[in-house]
Amino acid sequence: MAMLELNDVHAYYGNIHALKGISIDVSEGEIVTLIGANGAGKTTTLKTISGLLRPRQGEVSFEGEELTEFPAHEIVYKGIAMVPEGRGIFSKLTVVENLEMGAYSRSDKDGISSDLDRVFTLFPRLQERRRQVAGTLSGGEQQMLATARALMARPRLLLMDEPSMGLAPVLVESVFETIQEIKDEGTTILLVEQNAHMALQVADRGYVLQTGEIVLKDSAQGLRDNAEVQKAYLGMQ
Amino acid sequence: MLRRYLERFNWLDFILLMFRVVILVAIAIGIFNSVRAAKYTDNQWATLVFAGLAQGSIYALIAMGYTLVYGILLMINFAHGEIYMAGALTVVFIAHIFNDSGFLNAQPLLAILIMIVIAAAVSTILNVVVERLAYKPLRGAPRLVPLITAIGASFALQYTFRGLYGAQYRAYPEVKALRELVTVFGYKVPLVQLVVPASALVLMLGLYFFVERTKMGKAMRSVSEDKDVARLMGINIDRVIVITFALGGALAGAAGVFNGLFRPQGINFYMGFFPGLKAFTAAVLGGIGNIAGAMVGGVFLGLLESLGPNLILEGLGIPSVNQLKDALSFTMLVLILIFRPQGIFGERLAEKKA
Repeated sequence: MAMLELNDVHAYYGNIHALKGISIDVSEGEIVTLIGANGAGKTTTLKTISGLLRPRQGEVSFEGEELTEFPAHEIVYKGIAMVPEGRGIFSKLTVVENLEMGAYSRSDKDGISSDLDRVFTLFPRLQERRRQVAGTLSGGEQQMLATARALMARPRLLLMDEPSMGLAPVLVESVFETIQEIKDEGTTILLVEQNAHMALQVADRGYVLQTGEIVLKDSAQGLRDNAEVQKAYLGMQ
Repeated sequence: MLRRYLERFNWLDFILLMFRVVILVAIAIGIFNSVRAAKYTDNQWATLVFAGLAQGSIYALIAMGYTLVYGILLMINFAHGEIYMAGALTVVFIAHIFNDSGFLNAQPLLAILIMIVIAAAVSTILNVVVERLAYKPLRGAPRLVPLITAIGASFALQYTFRGLYGAQYRAYPEVKALRELVTVFGYKVPLVQLVVPASALVLMLGLYFFVERTKMGKAMRSVSEDKDVARLMGINIDRVIVITFALGGALAGAAGVFNGLFRPQGINFYMGFFPGLKAFTAAVLGGIGNIAGAMVGGVFLGLLESLGPNLILEGLGIPSVNQLKDALSFTMLVLILIFRPQGIFGERLAEKKA
């Protein structure tokens, strides 16, 4: 059975019908990517999972439990953490304080401090800047912080919204290396990306969204080989 | 060069600049004349300074409530002066019971601590109730709506307390131990004028520590930056809001008792109105949303009110200066809003998601 299942999810912003019956599933240990143009509904899909947006119709179930009943702040307790769009770090808090907020849902002090060591091993730059106010970090460091903060919740499912956005090409590479490492440590990932090229390299499977609907689903290899995808999202002729 | 300057010339800027110059010159002349006239002794000035510190620390305590709530909700809780009144006025009765039984003067420290705890409890509960009843249903409404509701809540509380306790003035009983004169830097000061600022400082440092160091305090700062991301962390925004109102209420309640001990004048249901506005001024002066700023703003305002009339206004030849305290405070509020709306430590309001 899939770890996460969205079944015929409809969501609205006011009167705008942003998701028109999305059904996706993610199994444990996978990286699944949602690709699509701006406004296709990728971020909206993540928001309906994390509880920031309540779908008007349809089900979102995680490990067999229906999520749409729960407010956003309880979703992280279920084992789902999110790296929000635009990173969303707390710029006036220090790096360590941001990470502590990532572990807000936990009370196991020893586990938290060992996870702190773990994210510092993953991102040594953050350790160097641990006492620094997060707003003073560079874009790449802020992305590391947002990812590290989500990991501090020790999620079983990690939602990542455009982690490569606005980063220099060198940094984009390292973001995707990190994603691979997180997967190798056993965390399932649902990845939203505009950089379809990179996303399809790390992902196992993918969905293509277009104006609130899923138009294509396949293995990452299958999507890479798909002529339509190549033309529309991979920039090939 | 001159032409370019003239092109950019703007009458409003010019008038504001002149306005600034006139005010600064007037302050300088006033101080110069007052000092030269040497009408008051050093001891009298010292008395004014200590009284100003005590009054200022009371303003600062109330200002915490404005600044905390603004930091979280971007809303001015104009009923906060009434929250301060509620604790102070309720505890008048308890203070008299303590006084009549002799407890107040036999065990002043314990008695005052109990009074502070009760006042803080009353103000805390009331502030949380007002938030639940009046502000929570309006979450997500345009920002003007809760502001108007707050003004309504302010009147509702005033007249509820008028109904409860009547309109007559009641004074706190005198605590003899606090009237004793102690010598500081060679000046004789009533003990109360040291106890009030010192206790207020302890409370505010406690609040600062709470916000900076504890998990809940960090959650408060996270919520003030980005509510949605805070929810993703598992922070229950509603709980943070309740705690914010509770903390503001508790400090306002304590301020109410300090005010009663410090000033012998009677108080009634209307007592919160002016201190509320002044604490708001203090919060704006320090940069609203900024805890350290509200602390500094409150003390500055207290000193300005205490020293300003004799130090600045008298030197300008203005008659009966001591009745102009309030005018001085509110003039300053207007001036800050014109010249430095972000306050001393604040960032520009426009930068916040206003």
